Amino acid sequence: MLFDLFGQAFSDKNLMPWLVPFWPLAGFALISLLTLLLQFLQRDFTKPLHTIPATDHNYGGHHPDYDGMDVPYQPFWFRITAIVIGMTAMTLTLFFAWSLVFGALDDFGAGTFGKIPSAEQAVEEEQAAEPEHGATSDCEDCVYQSNIEWMSLGESSETGFRIGTLVDPLTSIMLFMVPIAAGMIFVYSIGYMWHDPRQARFFALICLFAGGMLTLVVADNLMLMFVGWEIMGLCSYSLIGFWYEKESAYNAAVKAFTVTRVADVIMLLGIVYLWSLTGTLNFRDILYNTETLQMLGNTKAILFGSWGLSASGLIGMLVITGTVGKSAQFPLHVWLPDAMEGPTPVSAMIHAAAMVSAGVYAVIRMYPLYVGLSNPHAADPTFSAPLLYMAIAGSFTALFAATMGTAQRDVKAVLAYSTISQLGFMIAALGIGAYIAAAFHLITHAFFKALLFMSSGSVIHAMEHGEHHVHEHHAHAHNRQGHDDHHHDEHGHDEEHFDAQDMFNMGGLRHRIPVTFWTFLIGGLSLSGFPLLTAGFWSKDEILADAWNGTTVHGSGLHMMVFWVLALAAFLTAFYTMRQLGLTFWGDARTEEAEHAGLGGPYSIVSVAMQAPLIVLAFFAIVAGFIGVPPDFPILGSIFSPEHNFFHNLVVYTLPAMANGGAEVFHVEAPPVRFFPVFMSVLVALGGLFVGWLMYWRKPLKAGQADPLIRIVGENVYTTLQRRYYMDDLYDWLFVRPFRWVGINVIKLIDKGFIDGVLHKIAAIFIWIGDFIKTLNAWLIDGVGDGIPKAIFGFGGWMRRTQSGRVQQYLLIVLLAMIAIGILFALSAGALAIG
Amino acid sequence: MQEFGFPILSALVWVPIIAGVLILFMDSKQRDLYRGVAATAAVVVLGLSATVFFTYNGIVADALNETLDEHYVEYDDPQDVNEREAFYAASEANYSAEVQALIATGSSDATVAFTDTTQFRETHKWVSELGIAYDLGVDGLSVPMVLLTGMVAVAGVFISWRIEDRQKEFMAFFMLLVAGVMGVFISVDLFLLFFFYELAIFPMYILIAGWGWKDLREYASMKLTLYILVGSVVSLVGGIAMVWAAGQYFSTDGAVIFMKASEAGILRDGASVYSFDITQLTLAAENGAFDVPLFGTTFAKFWFPFVFTGFAVLAGVWPFHNWSPDGHVAAPTAVSMIHAGVLMKVGAYAALRVGIQLLPEGAMVHLPWMIFLTLINVVYGAFIAFRQRDFKYVIGFSSVSHMGLVSMGFATMNMTGMTGAGLQMFSHGAMTALFFGCVGMVYDRAHTRDIPSLGGFSKKMPWVAVAFVVGGLTSMGMPGLSGFIAEFPIFQGLWVASDTVALTIGSYTLTNYYGVIALVSALGIVITAAYVLRVSGQVFFGDFDAKKFPDVGNITIPDRIVLLVLGTPLVVIGLYPQIIAPMITVGLDPIARLIGG
Repeated sequence: MLFDLFGQAFSDKNLMPWLVPFWPLAGFALISLLTLLLQFLQRDFTKPLHTIPATDHNYGGHHPDYDGMDVPYQPFWFRITAIVIGMTAMTLTLFFAWSLVFGALDDFGAGTFGKIPSAEQAVEEEQAAEPEHGATSDCEDCVYQSNIEWMSLGESSETGFRIGTLVDPLTSIMLFMVPIAAGMIFVYSIGYMWHDPRQARFFALICLFAGGMLTLVVADNLMLMFVGWEIMGLCSYSLIGFWYEKESAYNAAVKAFTVTRVADVIMLLGIVYLWSLTGTLNFRDILYNTETLQMLGNTKAILFGSWGLSASGLIGMLVITGTVGKSAQFPLHVWLPDAMEGPTPVSAMIHAAAMVSAGVYAVIRMYPLYVGLSNPHAADPTFSAPLLYMAIAGSFTALFAATMGTAQRDVKAVLAYSTISQLGFMIAALGIGAYIAAAFHLITHAFFKALLFMSSGSVIHAMEHGEHHVHEHHAHAHNRQGHDDHHHDEHGHDEEHFDAQDMFNMGGLRHRIPVTFWTFLIGGLSLSGFPLLTAGFWSKDEILADAWNGTTVHGSGLHMMVFWVLALAAFLTAFYTMRQLGLTFWGDARTEEAEHAGLGGPYSIVSVAMQAPLIVLAFFAIVAGFIGVPPDFPILGSIFSPEHNFFHNLVVYTLPAMANGGAEVFHVEAPPVRFFPVFMSVLVALGGLFVGWLMYWRKPLKAGQADPLIRIVGENVYTTLQRRYYMDDLYDWLFVRPFRWVGINVIKLIDKGFIDGVLHKIAAIFIWIGDFIKTLNAWLIDGVGDGIPKAIFGFGGWMRRTQSGRVQQYLLIVLLAMIAIGILFALSAGALAIG
Repeated sequence: MQEFGFPILSALVWVPIIAGVLILFMDSKQRDLYRGVAATAAVVVLGLSATVFFTYNGIVADALNETLDEHYVEYDDPQDVNEREAFYAASEANYSAEVQALIATGSSDATVAFTDTTQFRETHKWVSELGIAYDLGVDGLSVPMVLLTGMVAVAGVFISWRIEDRQKEFMAFFMLLVAGVMGVFISVDLFLLFFFYELAIFPMYILIAGWGWKDLREYASMKLTLYILVGSVVSLVGGIAMVWAAGQYFSTDGAVIFMKASEAGILRDGASVYSFDITQLTLAAENGAFDVPLFGTTFAKFWFPFVFTGFAVLAGVWPFHNWSPDGHVAAPTAVSMIHAGVLMKVGAYAALRVGIQLLPEGAMVHLPWMIFLTLINVVYGAFIAFRQRDFKYVIGFSSVSHMGLVSMGFATMNMTGMTGAGLQMFSHGAMTALFFGCVGMVYDRAHTRDIPSLGGFSKKMPWVAVAFVVGGLTSMGMPGLSGFIAEFPIFQGLWVASDTVALTIGSYTLTNYYGVIALVSALGIVITAAYVLRVSGQVFFGDFDAKKFPDVGNITIPDRIVLLVLGTPLVVIGLYPQIIAPMITVGLDPIARLIGG
């Protein structure tokens, strides 16, 4: 049965989506099993694995993350096998995902894909359709879908879980992006983790991560989506804390997990509430059902209902909290900057391909629910509570994170803040109804941010290589001075730790790693929204165009606010990108390490595996924008979108035309190209880049020179930005400390103090009563008790007189007694029988 | 019903008893012999309980499929078939006209459903004069518990494999403990249920006082025994009162119903009106026998708090939870496992079976306020666990927190929430036993449970680390593991109940507060995540100090069996909950009918 289905999945596109997350998950299981197998193969499996120093030649010799540690020995074949399994899984996934995407375009075609039939058509088809298991192959809903019963609950199947898969336009664009981005990350990881002692574990976990993301993407219901969502949360925890011996890494992992977990639990409550009202979590059941949506919009929420919050509003707010956590929006953004403690491929995975994108994806998925009965596109636009929240929180986060990004020293931290900021763009766009622009930016951002992160990883790797080189050089010098006992393990004790991620230690790297430089430049320009050429420009421009459209056509204050805040954030984005590029690659090397940075020669495995994916992603970071060029854009519009905007035309059918109340909320036309928003987006991009060039490229920093930004904004502001507006300290005071206090004092005061106190008092009372009775006993009962033996003694004396010694007398007594007993028995038996 | 050719439920109880007695007569030098007997008995119990589980599962599945096939033709879309309803409709239709006649005079839906779902019934005369019988049977609620007991029995024996001190006696008492616990789950007679309930407490006391942690064992064992005994005495008095009230009813107003029910074969053969038969008491409850006035209120409303709380003490309901962390910490590992894993479920199970099933009217009045106690359990236990330094206390308080979710599920009083509670009972049982197993393995080798001084154990004990993390993820409700499967319906039940449940205190009526309770209890889950991470981080990750812990090495094969037996169900149920959820809903059906959920 199961095998049949598995076989069918290869040909039946309705079942094929199951295969997409299957391969990485199977890869995870297989690598984990292999690790177990290795234990059996190597030696007595009741003993732990054979360990060798992390600095052993087997692992390439040098590991700042495993300072002086012993790690399990993993033979070379095993490490290669892990890579092969991971890569095979990802390749298969890519194949099936893309065959679904292109198959859908082929079978249905953009513009039809995802459409639901009109009402009459639906009735006809229903009459024609035969009841059968699984999914039907005809274009009933024009999507690929299938589902199974997973768990029955309650008395009817309506309240049970069904899980299934769905490929609709939104899924398909994610299925296009996620496997290729994740696949590139896998290739890159081969190089990045080449010498790492825990490389197999890494591949297992990153397989699980990809599997989680793809589960989320193909899910047809909130339930399965949540499963994928949580798998990713777990993976982010294990991968951010991958080098868990490092305290900062472990703390970052705990922080990431705890913060997102808080959000997830709240989201779960939203899901549960939705289910208790509708009895289903299937996206299409809820979103395409006008009655359900109307019911949700008109029902008073059980909390805050008296303040006018509708059920859909409450569900929206609860579920969005999950997104706010996962996509690192204010005020739950605090985990993301720390998340770069993990290996860089993980950062790329979290920041681009998977985790944070999932949050935005989830919102677009359930968009009609959030819109509720409001209509942000109407002549007099209205915003439901979740929309309002997203517009404000998103635009605020975009600006807030961008300001922090300008003052970071760490090359990955800049990117981390840019991620938060760019996600703010998307969330703000969702808040004003521009869900297609948000989806577009989601895709382009994933490509250029994966590119940027992996490039920065390449920079860091190069710097570590330089550090290693310098270190060995020093070691030789030491040895010549007679320090023969000097060992790698003591590294870090005898010199101050070198920060390979600090941009102020870099400079001039364009000569050392030219490929990385060019790809980083492309990514950076795309992030800044460099006009016309880069993907980032087109998607960011669409968000701004939508915001401006709302501002001019409807005169909405919210649209206007979003427009100006995002424009400012875009300016800062361009500025800090240029700063980063300048500090890292331009000028001359500021340290000895930077001078010797490199990836071990142009043709080493590390170098190729780490830079080839950069080139692939750089390609997408440019061309991904051309699928969404507005048709009426001068010249380029007629080249790339001769008939209509391809992306817009595809994605718009993810959602039903009508929301509720009959208004056309979701099938809105893309805003016409206007001069002002395009001008603004060109201006902020070029302006930001220019200012950055002026400060960091024209006169590159020398070694030991302070950041010129300090002169402009002042020391205090600069520090505040670097310390992230002291948000971490604030949270420590607001949450961590009170929680600890309560935890300690609850047990002291209530458990041990009150409850046990009362109990012990009761015990004391009982003991007192016991003592009292004991005394009483001695005085009264014993008095009586001692009296009784005396009486018996007296009675015995009297009885002695019957002991006459005559046997006949004894026999007589025995006989009399037996008769008496016999009569008693007879009487009792008779009584029982009668009774 | 004899499905197996031998009385399988009796075997579940008597195999460990016989093994325990045999072990007592063995030579204490022959370790392998008595250990082998104990292990064999435990494995047999697990095998039998698994047989019961899967057979019952098959019965439920068959019933579902049959009705599904019958109804296929009538519906266009098979997915819309109301499968469960159909199942009950069909099973009710099987009952004869006599039952129909019975329904005409009184109501018997719930009782019929209860008799129908109670399988493998074994009834023998015992003390007929008092309406007491040796009456065993399992329904959908008890079957998972039976399996759980089997699992923990095996795990308990194997984790005690290396005990040096009076191991023979330990094993013997442990077997008696298993028998007692198992007996509670399979009793259909209220008296027998109490009998086994007390039978479990006696070896528990001896095991903790004799083999426990020296600093605490006398205090803790006494505290535990007193709490549970007082609770059970209160419940027992309530139970006897119920039997009496039901007898009064059946000999007067309900005489016709009693006669019809006897004829229909729902009740025990030759039962008198005064009977401890739970079926008969359910019939009484269903027909309002417990609505008679008592002390200014009704019988059910008066007795419910006593009966329910009396059992719920054993489930650790606040503020009667205090015995449990101390008891868990003081107990030897195997006893902690069976204690937190199964014995606390005994309390919850009995509270549901006797408290809610037999006094539904009282439940509907009292549970709406008792839910606040369960909420305190959830949040409060989690907070305390968060700040404990002692590894075992963390788990002890986490049990308090998680058992709060079980009672909270009961308090939703609807099918969904109670199904969640049933699932949580099984899930938490396996999970917490796994936790205690892990703690025991660490403690045995490190000789300390002080969390800050431990560290890096995943390097030396990778199996334990993985098992602990799996358990931890289950406890924080990670999808794909059984904890999520349990928590989700509980929360759903809370939201669903939010609209219907209202609490009236004096002139003030509180409505819609179940939603708030869901929100607040979510806090407990967040804190759970925090302490699980903290503990696993400090104990299993970080640096390992080989000088400080010279004895720490990888675990033995019996230990691995423990981890596998307890860990596997968490994953299996998490991935495929359909294996257990239907039977729990079937088991809850009579109760749901009684409280109108």
